[in-house]
Amino acid sequence: MPEVLVFATLNGLVTGLLLFMLASGLTVIFSMMGVLNFAHASFYMLGAYFAYSISLYFGYWIGLIVAPLIVGVLGALVERYGLRRVHQHGHVAELVFTFGLAFLIEETVQFFWGADTKNYQTPELLNFPLFTLFGQEFSAYRGFMLAISIGIFIGLYQVLTRSRVGLIIQAAITHPHMVANLGHNVPLIFTAVFGVGTALAGLAGVIAGPVLTTFPGMALVLGSIVFVIVVIGGLGSLPGALIASLLIGLLQSYAIAANVGMPELLELLGLEFPPSHPLDDLWTLDLAQIAPTLPFLLLVLVLIFRPAGLMGKREQ
Amino acid sequence: MGEVVMLEVNDLNAWYGKSHVLQGVTFQVAEGEIVSLLGRNGVGRSTTVKTIMGEVEPQGSILFKGEQIAGRKSYEIARRGLGYVPENREVFPTLTVRQNLLLGMKSTTPSGRWSIEEVFAMFPLLAERADVPGGALSGGEQQLLSMCRTLMGDPDMVMIDEPTEGLAPKIVEQVGNLLTEIAGRGVSILLVEQKLNIAMRISKRLYIMGHGQVVWEGTPESLNEAGDVRAEWLEV
Ligand SMILES: Nc1ncnc2c1ncn2[C@@H]1O[C@H](COP(=O)(O)OP(=O)(O)O)[C@@H](O)[C@H]1O
Ligand SMILES: [Mg+2]
Repeated sequence: MPEVLVFATLNGLVTGLLLFMLASGLTVIFSMMGVLNFAHASFYMLGAYFAYSISLYFGYWIGLIVAPLIVGVLGALVERYGLRRVHQHGHVAELVFTFGLAFLIEETVQFFWGADTKNYQTPELLNFPLFTLFGQEFSAYRGFMLAISIGIFIGLYQVLTRSRVGLIIQAAITHPHMVANLGHNVPLIFTAVFGVGTALAGLAGVIAGPVLTTFPGMALVLGSIVFVIVVIGGLGSLPGALIASLLIGLLQSYAIAANVGMPELLELLGLEFPPSHPLDDLWTLDLAQIAPTLPFLLLVLVLIFRPAGLMGKREQ
Repeated sequence: MGEVVMLEVNDLNAWYGKSHVLQGVTFQVAEGEIVSLLGRNGVGRSTTVKTIMGEVEPQGSILFKGEQIAGRKSYEIARRGLGYVPENREVFPTLTVRQNLLLGMKSTTPSGRWSIEEVFAMFPLLAERADVPGGALSGGEQQLLSMCRTLMGDPDMVMIDEPTEGLAPKIVEQVGNLLTEIAGRGVSILLVEQKLNIAMRISKRLYIMGHGQVVWEGTPESLNEAGDVRAEWLEV
């Protein structure tokens, strides 16, 4: 049992921090600009595809650095020449714009790379077990993912709390107008934050691509979970997004690891059903099969008991 | 007036959706002058300063130091030397008092008429709480912080929206002293108020707004004598 717990926790942290790499950008962009960016996960997908193509010619490590940069520049351009123009037509127009962008990126990806799954592989260098515990291996690549996410997290935290730019961003999250009234170039900060946010999403795609598979549906799969996280954490709350990301990462990982089936649960309750029962499919569901729906279950619970999210504040 | 004009607003109009809130506002503020903009709640005083600051889309002319700023972005207007202290103070709640003041500076190099040390010397209660988050301050302390934060950007003119609203008399006194200090350093002030006490004491001239327009203009002495004007446009 303890080895299951250790591995489930480590895997949960890997997933949770990966989710946070997307959720952090999404929530900061939302609170600063009031834009719920439907295309955020599409930048994650672009990161994976760019890195895959670059890795074919220059290897994994060049892709790791260059792909997020390209994605970040694309993101900044989208904000500067797309969103900013749409902004004056209101929030509905912005939503429609980002929705359309997500669609456009998915179609573009299919057009250039095709609809099949890409054979994007973990780098040779990290193809070894980092450690073996109770006869089970933890891959070096997962350790690498963990290290990158933690490094990014610490770096962001330092910039946000220590640097002048970080303070301006913090202030602009709650009071963008006042920050502009003090003479700070808020539009430029928006573009920069959007660029960094999308670059982080791209980086998440680069490191997740080899393990979560690189295919045209990957944006949709992760995107919906990231939205759930941002709502659960409380729209616009960075600490909330971190807690919700880890919560969902761990929850899913424990559910898969525990893998208790319905029959066992029902047996505990003293119930037993013959295999010929018409609802047999339901009785034989196991927790691992339910795991993907857990974020949405959690969302429903949070919306019932804390409609503003875990750390969110209701607008007056 | 005869002096150099700092701010000249001419036939300013503004809308919230279809509602025509400013209907041709016209007034001037001279260099180093304290001018008050008075009026009952809802007549458009806050909208006037917000529109000058570029937060609400303007129609009409706004000349600041001789340059047209109508249509410019807020940060560009601030960088030209126009400061603004909004009525809800807008202290950054998660940042400390010191960090709030630091963000008032437009660059990292201190320059101009004000410094953090001076602010702390003037207001020991802010100095004591330098490392406390702005959100933890009382309303009066937040008002002083908000005003000092704007001063850190070394503006040539400040527009201050109802700085004494809801404050205890002791803090009102301090706000009044700070206003006098600001004017003493040659900074023009546009003071938005509803109550008369401070405005009458420190202003050189006053404007009264009613229904989105300036309806009266004069000196504190002339307003003192004009009981009918006060009854029609100010008294509740
Ligand atoms: N954000 C807004 N949206 C719509 N109407 C507003 C908004 N802000 C103010 N108003 C309306 O505009 C008018 C002028 O408001 P305001 O400038 O705040 O007045 P004052 O500061 O003189 O009390 C009022 O009728 C007010 O209800
Ligand atoms: Mg007002």
